[in-house]
Amino acid sequence: MKIGVLYSRVRAEEKLLFEAMDARGIPYDKIDDREAQFDLSHPGAWRDYDVILERCINHSRALYALKILNDWGVPTVNTAYVADVCGNKLVTSSQLVKHGVPTTRIKVAFTPESALRAIEELGYPVVLKPAIGSWGRLLSKINDREAAEAVLEHKEILGSYHHSIFYIQEYIRKPGRDIRAFVVGDETIAAIYRHSEHWITNTARGGQAVNCPITPELDKLCVAAARAVGGGIVGVDVLEDPQRGLLVNEVNYTIEFRNSIVSTGVDIPNRIIDYVLAVGRGEIKVL
Amino acid sequence: MTTTCPECEGEITLDKPLRGEIIICPDCGVELEVVNENPLTLDLAPQEEEDWGE
Repeated sequence: MKIGVLYSRVRAEEKLLFEAMDARGIPYDKIDDREAQFDLSHPGAWRDYDVILERCINHSRALYALKILNDWGVPTVNTAYVADVCGNKLVTSSQLVKHGVPTTRIKVAFTPESALRAIEELGYPVVLKPAIGSWGRLLSKINDREAAEAVLEHKEILGSYHHSIFYIQEYIRKPGRDIRAFVVGDETIAAIYRHSEHWITNTARGGQAVNCPITPELDKLCVAAARAVGGGIVGVDVLEDPQRGLLVNEVNYTIEFRNSIVSTGVDIPNRIIDYVLAVGRGEIKVL
Repeated sequence: MTTTCPECEGEITLDKPLRGEIIICPDCGVELEVVNENPLTLDLAPQEEEDWGE
């Protein structure tokens, strides 16, 4: 079987994946996305791959590489469809709602004026997020009208065009933590609580990881969320609403798990490799 | 293998460097990328871009 790993930087996650494959004697090619090139009419050696594991750090590179590979018929983990959905919070939310997955209330508007009306209809506080973005960057918790007017104007004037697609989320009064669950195929294999005094709980922003028991309710919700975005290997962010229970917040498609192996006791890299091998063998059809 | 940080010239030792690996200089804290394994060569890591993330 010919396996490729497409990556941008060798972070802790990529090292763990390489080590897992080395330990099992699984051969693979390392493909640095800074050196890769694609001749759309001549796939050449790319077609020799049975599966390519995508680990790019740039969403745009991942999305376009996966689109080209999938159009050539090369199976990937994850697929271009999943990257397209998960790389955009607005598209993710729309998919979650379409598939009846419990999620937070979202409003979308295209001008500061209509966004302000949407915010006031939702009620303060709200959270403004860029539709495309990650690691908790440029999230704004808006507590009142003055803050809303200021942030909306700044986003319109200072941001690139996609910052004027206003993605407005109700603020969930979560209990100082949220949940990151890891879904591989049809199973939630691990989950952590991310504790933080700050309302942004990403571990990339300093949130502390503690094991979270996988209840049947959490498993069902996270697998449903994974299916709604196209399946594969995803990280599902879940908020605990005091009244409504578990709500899916976001779904991530190139999961970071360095802080979750020790806290959960789950060998996440080998679970990922198992799935990649199954796709490479054709046991799991992704295209 | 040992080399020096291109930012602060502090000494950096790595056991099994991997090309593309990102490390933090223990002296100055800057992010560095392994651009060559043998001889061990480090360069400043690329700056975070807007579409970086999970």
